[in-house]
Formats: sequence, structure tokens, C-alpha cells
Amino acid sequence: MLVFEKNNMTDEIEQLVNKYGKSRSSLLPILQDIQRKHKFIPDFAQQEVARLLDIHPVEVYSVITFYSFLNTKPKGRNIIRLCQTITCDLAGKENIAKAIERELGIKFGETTKDNKITLEYVNCLGMCDQGPALLVNERVYSKVTPEKAIQILNEIK
Amino acid sequence: MESKSNLRSPVSQQAHVIEKPKDITTIGGTVTIEINEKKVSVPFGTTILEACKMNGISVPTLCHHEDLCVAGVCRICVVEVEGMRTLQASCAFPITNPIKIKTSSPMVRKARRHIIDLLLSEHYGECYSCFRNGKCELQNLAKEYGVDTYTFGHVTEPRYEVDNSSYSVIRDMSKCVLCKRCVRTCIDLQEVGVLEAVNRGHETMISTFLDKPLLDVICINCGQCINRCPTAALRANDPSDEIWAAIDDPNKHVVIQTAPSPRAAICEEFGMEAGHSLTKELNTALRRIGFDKVFDTNTTADLTIFEEGTELLLRLYKALVKKEEVALPQFTSCSPGWVKFLEHYYPEYIDNLSSAKSPQQMFGALIKTFYAQKVGIDPANIVSVAVMPCSAKKYECNRPEMNSSGYKDVDYGLTTRELARMIKEAGINLPEMPKSDFDSPFGEASGAGLIFGATGGVMEAAIRSVYEFITGNKTEDAFENANVTPVRGFEGIRYVEIPLGDKFGPVPDILKHLIPNWDWLKGVTLKVAIAHGTANAKKIMDDIKAGGKFSECHFIEFMACPGGCLGGGGQPIPTTPEIRKKRAQAIYAEDESLEMRKSHDNPNVIRLYEEFLTDGPCGHTSHKLLHTHYTKRGRYIV
Repeated sequence: MLVFEKNNMTDEIEQLVNKYGKSRSSLLPILQDIQRKHKFIPDFAQQEVARLLDIHPVEVYSVITFYSFLNTKPKGRNIIRLCQTITCDLAGKENIAKAIERELGIKFGETTKDNKITLEYVNCLGMCDQGPALLVNERVYSKVTPEKAIQILNEIK
Repeated sequence: MESKSNLRSPVSQQAHVIEKPKDITTIGGTVTIEINEKKVSVPFGTTILEACKMNGISVPTLCHHEDLCVAGVCRICVVEVEGMRTLQASCAFPITNPIKIKTSSPMVRKARRHIIDLLLSEHYGECYSCFRNGKCELQNLAKEYGVDTYTFGHVTEPRYEVDNSSYSVIRDMSKCVLCKRCVRTCIDLQEVGVLEAVNRGHETMISTFLDKPLLDVICINCGQCINRCPTAALRANDPSDEIWAAIDDPNKHVVIQTAPSPRAAICEEFGMEAGHSLTKELNTALRRIGFDKVFDTNTTADLTIFEEGTELLLRLYKALVKKEEVALPQFTSCSPGWVKFLEHYYPEYIDNLSSAKSPQQMFGALIKTFYAQKVGIDPANIVSVAVMPCSAKKYECNRPEMNSSGYKDVDYGLTTRELARMIKEAGINLPEMPKSDFDSPFGEASGAGLIFGATGGVMEAAIRSVYEFITGNKTEDAFENANVTPVRGFEGIRYVEIPLGDKFGPVPDILKHLIPNWDWLKGVTLKVAIAHGTANAKKIMDDIKAGGKFSECHFIEFMACPGGCLGGGGQPIPTTPEIRKKRAQAIYAEDESLEMRKSHDNPNVIRLYEEFLTDGPCGHTSHKLLHTHYTKRGRYIV
């Protein structure tokens, strides 16, 4: 990271700490805000959050690795998450997965070359009665069919 | 440190703890419970585990440790509480009402067996070749609780790569049982924060920031995690094979120095009760193993007092008389864990650290210069080994600046545990050895050097000498039997004021060229402080930063490990508050049994200044050999 990038990051985190308060319990909202803006939480940001909340960097890292919606490495600008839990699996998750993979030319866990879309499996989204469920960024799509899935992809493109 | 109230763990991780009444005779002060159908009365708020211990009933534990906060994660200590649907973890169950407990019902036994079996199913158990073989808490539990088959399978291949990047601590996560003792040690007890659980579910492992190797993160190498690990997931970087090779090489002259703390603790490795010093037996054993010379680190501890004491007096002289800007308070630099802690977390204060090296490194520099000249051996053929209670000393001797003799000053740092293994491997039963003395020219040392091993020891040794230098009186006049008791004890932070009075003696010859007289010290009260455990050190540093009372101190002793060196990361396992107390008693008892109690009485050191370090303490030669510099490391890793 360049020095001015670091300074910007520090300013940003200082604002977040002012917004949410300087206690351990504000760790998650702060991390979520950083994640939302940068699509990942850089190493430097983790250490800055730790310094400003007076905890250890490894504790921040521990929290990030615990939650699958927080990540330490950059991902695509849009993240498509397909529910892999048993009811969605029975409702035909596999067909959706194949359709999406074929359309984008990448496998689950990968990112498109233009950095636009990352594909991921996710555990239960709470849409068990309306599976298969798809989560695109922060929006849930239920009762997805392969055709509908491709339509959703085109909307992103 | 001994109180656990200051632990900063998150609320979600804090166990349900109820404060015990101060006076148990008040109404409701005690609760009468039934353990295994026997009525007993315990103070309100006692945990079931403590209640069982008080009444001689043994309950197995794994994640529980006396130094650490309650975690309740391993579930091995479960007991049956009447009226409760499930089994309860006894370490995390404070007693508040009259309950009936069963510690060995069929349900409890079955559950314990299952729990141990489940732990074994994830533990890479290569017991024969494991360094904890015979001393492993998991192995003991499996033996005691009758686990005869691996019901849930057994790991035969290591799951993770061993991290042996660090000079001091090796992590083998395949052997980890996730008791989180190391996490609580690192985060709560030491407040260094290297280790934490990362990932989730069955992928959980104890790891470092960004899963970096230990060498690349802010680890101070104190080794306290090793002392608390129940298995061999954490161990010290053992150089004993290289040392054996050097001993077997006829061209090498192998010299060993022994620190005070290992001698007071090594008896524990040979099945003896804690608190016996085996100094002279150890000398014989080391010679029988094949070391060519056995020296006493206390000699250079005495030398440290000269150098560090002179440095302090010079700083005070500059500040009070010449009105120069000097960094005060002066911090001790004997503990390499503390030094690295300061370099990382408070780099702006590195000028406050005494530039004097630690006794180990002073000795290393002297062995390869003064001693090599004296006996006529090429320093390249000298292998210098240091027996230390400390894993950070392994890192210290590998610091790039520690080669002022032209060679690596100390070749290997060996811990108490590793030395005990070497002695056993040589077929020697240490307690039965005849007694013998240290070798000259570094033979005799003072009791002041000896007490470096306990927290407050460096301060006491310094006071014994500086007091006599300044007042010209005997230390015994001010402190009974030269025991500076105010600086002793196990309180985490201690603050002592010593009025110097207004009657001063002449300046000793050895300092005359530096300071003309003591008149400028008139009416000055010497303010000193002592901290042990880096969590306490952090408190003092934050106080100094905020300009509190510690910023007005003149001299502060810091030790990275709880209890000082005697509770170091290289000492026999287990280390508990009680064992630390016994080791301290052994050290102070040995100090009192000695004739020579003060560093400046040590004839070897005085001769050293006459023959070798001719320009006196803090002179040119000593600056070259006995002083060092530090690096501002900072807290960021990227």
C-alpha cells in the first residue's frame, strides 16, 4: 500500500470508530463498512482497526476468518453466492451452478478475469421453502431457475 | 499478575464468575453442598472444581490453568449436578445454592471417555518421538480415564506443516487440541497478542495474524505459551543436537554458562519437589557431559550492575547537574522478551533502555575476547552455550548486532528443559551428583547476581551496590541483612522510594573519572519501580506516556515473564504461582547462604576492570563489548 492510501485508510477507519464507538462491540459494524466499500479488508486496515480499538491485530483477523462474508483478499466487484444447504440442493442447486459456470466460464470459488464477478457457495440463506436461493451482493433471489439465473447475470453485466 | 481481575477478554468469552465474600462467617458466606453424597461447606461463589480440590476429590482438567481466566472449552471436567439436564463443566460453575454433585457417575465417566476420545481423533499422536512423551497432559488423561480404543479414529498423518521459522518457539498445530491456553496466555496474561483461533468449525486452528510464520509477526519469544501448552503443539527450538556435535568435536572448546533460575528449577525435571537449588551438582553433571568449562552467569550479572548502575548515575548526573536532555527513567535490558516488546509497542522509548547488554551476551563477548586471550584459544574454536530459563534468549543470541567479539558471541541458548534432557540422555541422575565449584576465571559470583532470577532481583542488586557507592555506608545499615524486602514479592507492579539522606561518602575510585562528587544528590529520593509480565509492563508504559507517577521514576525493572526469570518460558512444565513462589524461595535462600552478597565485592569483576576493561565502567572497551543498541521495530507487519 502506498503512503497516501494508508493515510486515507486511517482517516476512514478513524471516522468509522467515531461513528460506532471505541469498544470491542463496534468491531463487526466497522469491518462490515470496510468490506462494503473495498470488497475486502486489507492487512493494513486490520492493523489500524486493532490499534484504534486497542485490541490485537490477530483478534481482528480471527473475527474476519470466522465470518464468510468478510474476507482478507480482494474479490470481484459483484459476488454471487449460491446456497449449498440440503433443501436448496434437493431443489436443484446443481443445475443452477452448472448454468452459471457455463455462462461465466469460471468455477465456483473463482473470479472472472475482468474482476467483475466472484462465484461462491454459501450455507443456508434461510430461504429453505423457496429454494434454490441465490444471493447477489446484498439481494436475495428465490426459486431460481437456470434461465432466471442467466437473466440475473445479464442484469449485472 | 497474580490477581485475575484485570483480564481484558471479551464479555462473550468471559466465564460466569461470582465474587467470593471477603468474610465467609457472614450469613450466606458459605454454601453447604453434597459432593458424592458427602456434605461439605464451601465459600459462596467457589467453583465446583475448587470445591472438589479443597475436599481431596480429583477432577481432570485440560483447558484450566491457574494463571489464566476460566474458559470451559475442553469439557473434560464435567460433573453431574442434580436437577440439571446436562453435565456441567465444573471449572466454570460457581456454587451459589446447595447443590448435589456427582463426580464419578456412569454418565460422567462415559462422557469423559468420549471427550478424550474425540480429542484424540484430532490429535496427531506420535508419542514415541514427541518431546512431551511422558509429560503430556492429554496422554495422562487417556491413561487415567481408560481410553483403550480410538472410537472416533486416529490421525496418522500430520494435518499442518510445522512452523519452525522462529529462533525460539516452534508451532506444530497437528498436535493442538484447541484448549486455547496459549491464546489466553498471549492475549490476557502477556498482552502481546500473537495467537488466536482462526477459521470456524472443524477448520479452526490456532494461528497468527494473516497466518504468517512466527518469525514475521510481533512475537516477543517469551515462551509462556510453551509453558502452558498441555501437548507438544508448542515447543522451544532445541539446539541440543548441535551442542552434542560440538562436544564430540575434539577441536572445539565448549564453554557453558548457567543462569541462576535453571539451577533453582532443574530439580523438578528429576522428580524432586520444587524449591531445591542444585547449583553444585549441576556443575559436576555438566563436566561429565563433556563441557570443557563451566562458568557462572552471575559473574556478568555483577558486571551488569556495574555497567547499568554507572549508566544510571551518569544519566542522573547529566540530568541534574549538566541539565542535559537524557532519557529517564532508565529501563533494565536484561529480559530479551521485554526488549522486543518495547521495540515493537513503544519504539519511541528505546533511548530509555539501558544500553548495557544482558548478562548472557556480556558473558558471550567476554568469553570470545578476554577468556580466549587468557587461555590462548582461537575464539573461532570456542563454542559458547548458555543455559537459560528463557526461550527469548535463543532469539537474543541470534540478533545480528550480538557479535561484538568478532564472532557470534553466544552460539546456543539452551533452556532448562533441554538441559535436563541432555543430562538424562548422558545417563546422569542429577540429584546424586557430587558437588563441585565453577571454573575460574569466572568462578565465584555474588548473591546479588544470583537474585537476578527473581522479579525485583535486578533492582535489589542495583540498590545494594548503588546505595553503598553513594552513601559510603553499608547496605546492612539501611536494610536488615542487606535484604531489600520492599522490592521483593509477586505483586505485578511495585513502586518503592528510597531516600538517600544528605550524608555522602567519597566517590569510589572506579567512578572518580566520571563523577567528581555526590553533593548534587542531596535531598534526592531515589524512585524505582518493578514490573513483571508484559501486561504489567504495558500498564507502566501507558502511565509514563500519560505523564503519571511512573514517569518520575529514575529506574524501572521490567521482566517479560510472570515471576521474572524463574517463571521463564524455558523452565520445567508446569509453572504455577505456587511453584514460582518455591523457586523464588530457593533463590533467596541460596543468596543468603553466600558470603559475598554485593556485586561490587566480586573480585572477578574488579580484576576484569583492572586487567581488561581498563577504562572503567561505561568506558570505551566496555562500550564496544558490553553495550548494544536497539531497533525501532514498530507495531505494523506489512
